[in-house]
Amino acid sequence: MTALLSASGITLRHGQNMVLENVSIALTAGEIVTIVGPNGSGKSSLLRVLIGALSPQAGTVTCKAGLQIGYVPQKLHIDPTMPMTVRRFLDLPKQVDMDVAMQALRTAGVPETANRQMSQLSGGQFQRVLLARALLGKPDVLMLDEATQGLDQPGSARFYRQIEDVRRDLGCAILMVSHELHVVMSASDRVICLNGHVCCEGTPDVVSAAPAYRELFGSGTGGALALYRHEHDHYHHHHHDHEDAP
Amino acid sequence: MLDDFMIRAGLAALGVAMAAGVLGSFVVWRRMAYFGDATAHAAVLGVAMALMFGWSIFAGVGLVALTMAVLIYGLTGRGQAVDTILGVLSHGALATGLVAVTLIPGQRVDLDAYLFGDVLTVTRMDVAIIWGGAVLVMGVLWSHWAALLTATLNPDLASASGINPRREHLILTLLLATVVAVAIKVVGALLITALLIIPAAAARGFARTPEQMAGLAAVLGGISAVGGLRVAVVLDTPVGPTIVCVAAALFAIGTVVTKLRSVGV
Repeated sequence: MTALLSASGITLRHGQNMVLENVSIALTAGEIVTIVGPNGSGKSSLLRVLIGALSPQAGTVTCKAGLQIGYVPQKLHIDPTMPMTVRRFLDLPKQVDMDVAMQALRTAGVPETANRQMSQLSGGQFQRVLLARALLGKPDVLMLDEATQGLDQPGSARFYRQIEDVRRDLGCAILMVSHELHVVMSASDRVICLNGHVCCEGTPDVVSAAPAYRELFGSGTGGALALYRHEHDHYHHHHHDHEDAP
Repeated sequence: MLDDFMIRAGLAALGVAMAAGVLGSFVVWRRMAYFGDATAHAAVLGVAMALMFGWSIFAGVGLVALTMAVLIYGLTGRGQAVDTILGVLSHGALATGLVAVTLIPGQRVDLDAYLFGDVLTVTRMDVAIIWGGAVLVMGVLWSHWAALLTATLNPDLASASGINPRREHLILTLLLATVVAVAIKVVGALLITALLIIPAAAARGFARTPEQMAGLAAVLGGISAVGGLRVAVVLDTPVGPTIVCVAAALFAIGTVVTKLRSVGV
């Protein structure tokens, strides 16, 4: 299958600092790819290169003609001097019909927020509104940069379930950056371990067994990861039961 | 109708204040107040150049404000803290302008007119240029509204939607220089920033969307302009500062009303 979006040989420097060195990545429709890596490993920078916010010193980004990108930034600070309702926010940059906007809010799980001010939302609601906005353009690629930052564990677990639903419903490729290794590992088709360069990549199992990955996240991570995954599954079901109970 | 100097003054003040009100909302949202100050202060240097070379004041001020704005735009692109640089440029340009004006051979220049405005002396031509500038600013804002707003909200969101945030920033910068150029005769170099910021700040408490804030800022700017002119005539005070006083009074009233509403009175 041809790639929706690919980057090859990306090299990015900030002044003297080498941020990304010869990084290549390709996304095909319907797959969930997660980038993991320590702080300062260039994860966010790579996403910003892919959306065109940063121009790399070397390398090329190629995308399918007319590619729609839905982007959920790591943190969106709305200056308190700017009044902004959720509904108006969804209209940026292109106006959308009321039912389309409401549908996106329902998909993201926050239909009740339409008339609220963005500044009055909780952290979880805010991230979901960002997700709703990213979904509006019927994206071919959805990019999430630490989208669950500031959410508690049940909150982020719910958020990732929603992401899987989105992939199922829209069939879009999803590219995530996350520090929550356990959640990410269980939800991804492919994991890319980044530390300025691509250390290793493959299915979650392959990556978590890779020496380069263990070196980055400590030798104990392999075991802890398995435990986390178990815990996550358990928690997941438990929570579901709870939620579905009358 | 334009034979009456009061009508001309009213129209000039109204045009500048409304355009400044809308553009000022962006200045507030993007925290460009200091940027506005630096650009406006540079206007005095523009006045000196215009007088020295026999250009129109609008051309001299427009040129220098534009140069200043683009200079700052270039400096702010590197992600450094720029308030110190802005401070240097702002006051450096102001001082250079003040010195340069006194060096002009032959005539004694009434500096007050350029520092605080002298709207009662605007000619028909001035009014035409001011409205031309004001309409240009509002037209560009109108046609770029969604892109400007998205880029102001978050540059990365803009990039992901195919909008170049640097380009939108440059557009705002150029519009700011335009407003400075047309505002110099109305409120003068020192008070242009006030006309940008105060109406927008006064509108903030009553607005639920960016459009409401910008629209209300234009209305409040217009009220300040016409009201200020009226008050200035009655009290025989300088027009520019009086317009700003009225705007500040509106801001104070607005703030009190917003506070009272929020505590449920």
